[in-house]
Amino acid sequence: MAGLLGTEEDGHAAGAMQVDGDDPAAHRGRVGLVLQDPDAGVVLSRVGDDVAFGCENLGVDPVEIPARVGEALSAVGLRVPLERETARLSGGQKQRLAIAGVLAMRPGLLLLDEPTANLDPAGVSEVRRAVGDAVRSSGATLVVIEHRTDVWIDLMTRVIVLDADGGLLADGAPAEVFARHADALLAAGVWLPGRPVELPALPSTPPGSVDALRARGLSISRDGHTVVQEGLDLEVAAGAASILTGSNGAGKSTLALTLAGLLPEHSGTVEAVSLPAGRRGMRPSRWSSRELLTRIGTVFQDPEHQFLTQTVRDELAVGPRALKMTDAATSRIVDDLLERLGLTALARANPFTLSGGQKRRLSVATVLATAPQVIVLDEPTFGQDRRGWAGIIGLLQEQIGEGRAVVAVTHDDDVVRLLGGRRYALTGGPA
Amino acid sequence: MTAPTAEAGAGRAAWLDGVNPAVRILLALVLSIPLLSTIDPVSAAVAVALLLVCIPLTGLRFATVLRRMLPILLLTPIAGLSMLLYAEPGGRIYATFWYATISDASIAFAIAVAVRVIALALPTILLFSRVDPIELAAALAQVVRLPARLVLGVLAGTRTLGLFVDDWRAMRLARRARGVGDRNAVRRFFSMAFVLLVFAVRRGTRLATAMEARGFGAPIERTWARRSTLSGRDAVAVAGAVAIMAISIAVAVLAGTFRFVWS
Repeated sequence: MAGLLGTEEDGHAAGAMQVDGDDPAAHRGRVGLVLQDPDAGVVLSRVGDDVAFGCENLGVDPVEIPARVGEALSAVGLRVPLERETARLSGGQKQRLAIAGVLAMRPGLLLLDEPTANLDPAGVSEVRRAVGDAVRSSGATLVVIEHRTDVWIDLMTRVIVLDADGGLLADGAPAEVFARHADALLAAGVWLPGRPVELPALPSTPPGSVDALRARGLSISRDGHTVVQEGLDLEVAAGAASILTGSNGAGKSTLALTLAGLLPEHSGTVEAVSLPAGRRGMRPSRWSSRELLTRIGTVFQDPEHQFLTQTVRDELAVGPRALKMTDAATSRIVDDLLERLGLTALARANPFTLSGGQKRRLSVATVLATAPQVIVLDEPTFGQDRRGWAGIIGLLQEQIGEGRAVVAVTHDDDVVRLLGGRRYALTGGPA
Repeated sequence: MTAPTAEAGAGRAAWLDGVNPAVRILLALVLSIPLLSTIDPVSAAVAVALLLVCIPLTGLRFATVLRRMLPILLLTPIAGLSMLLYAEPGGRIYATFWYATISDASIAFAIAVAVRVIALALPTILLFSRVDPIELAAALAQVVRLPARLVLGVLAGTRTLGLFVDDWRAMRLARRARGVGDRNAVRRFFSMAFVLLVFAVRRGTRLATAMEARGFGAPIERTWARRSTLSGRDAVAVAGAVAIMAISIAVAVLAGTFRFVWS
């Protein structure tokens, strides 16, 4: 609709589309587009220049640009100096900056593609409020592509639902569409207001449970220089979840990677309690890569970072092969996982070509293949539709039931509620 | 990409900040071409001395300059040593072993080369330490009149370099987590490099989409909110650079040490 994907390499267009009664490609700037990934929307390295970028491209008189930049930034409530480096903004701020950059072009239509999918709850409400204010003050049409419908519920006047083949499933007022097509929408993975996933919530950690890992006086650092948290004492209990929460930049991922034995402790220690010792002792950070496999498995925030092979099947076999299992044992494990995670039909596909939800399930499955005692996950439900979300939470509950320890970094309150266990809230982080 | 500008923002306004970034490229050429075509210790030493005197104009602290020069200062003895041993012998000969000969001529040559390396590196550090990439891009497009598409494309692209560092780090940890981090470091390196390439292509496409969504490449004359113009100060800076070179060479000629590279 933004008139961007017009050429053949980007996809096929059929039928006719008009912006102000004309071809969309001729009206660049009338339609403002904001994408899902906060890092994809920012073009230049300083806030002021980035917002001005669109105006400059449209040939707006330079005298007029500073006023437009100021207006756009205040419309989204981003009060930072114009010289501020865009790299230092939080995810929510980056998305608001992207919206400001689009608003400065004075578009008639604001087109947002899952603008809050990669944000923490604070970021989601920031962006949601900014969009509401901006639309009210500019009078622009707003089109949001989203499967988390509850975020936008009070801005919606019309809902259009596409089916899997690209056809039209429903079109009408929100209340009516959600009431009449609820089952079809839920089956398609859409989140509906007031319809949470129905799974039992696990209890909080029972007293007297066995610890798998223990951290004492732990300071963590991603690059070995800058300490992001210090003096942490925590236990990871077997057969229960340990949930790490906190705002963007508080060091949740760094803590998870340190507990997983992937980053060395900056100071203090992480030690195995119930896990068997490695050749070089009890500290996961000293274990070899192969020793980690059966002890601690890690699911990364971006599944693509951990893919190693050309097919889904080979991907699942990496761990068992590294453990020198026989081919028969390996394929038994792989077949079983493909079946359980609904990936059998995709066994020969390249992992990089899977959808977001499938990639996430595959990355979880690769970890389960070596049955580690502790499973560490960084944002396991990020960007998942309702179905994918329920699948992953169900799987993790199963692992907890089997006596494994699950460590999960998350922003999602429903994840916290359903996994139970113990919650560690990290404070601080950049302002 | 971010370190120099962060430091630049902290400092106070300096005289050199008012010199157009495009003109600084010209200054760098003026300050290096004469030194590349001559080879004698005096002209280079005088140039270094004069450049050091100019440091207050750049807004950099002496300590900062020294720190940035450190890699170069560590390299100069190596350049000097090879000249000392292998330059064409001449004058009195002090020692010979195998192909190496230390003579009056090679000693002089070694000193000349060492000083020259410093004289060539110093202007670059003084001129470009505090240049903001965005201002440089504006200057290249408006003053030098390079195509805006090229300049802005490169500028936007360099911003994403930091993301690749994060990708690389995450991939390294992920390989350890997946049990393949113990051996085959070379093979691992190439597989990671390949994935990084995939990321680069994809990120480039996404960036291009984001830029086009903001009207980049529209068939309209582009305007610039950040004006980049020339002023009297730019002329003064060029004159100053020419003067530094003229004085350096004049002193060398007067001292009788002046010598072209090919003479």
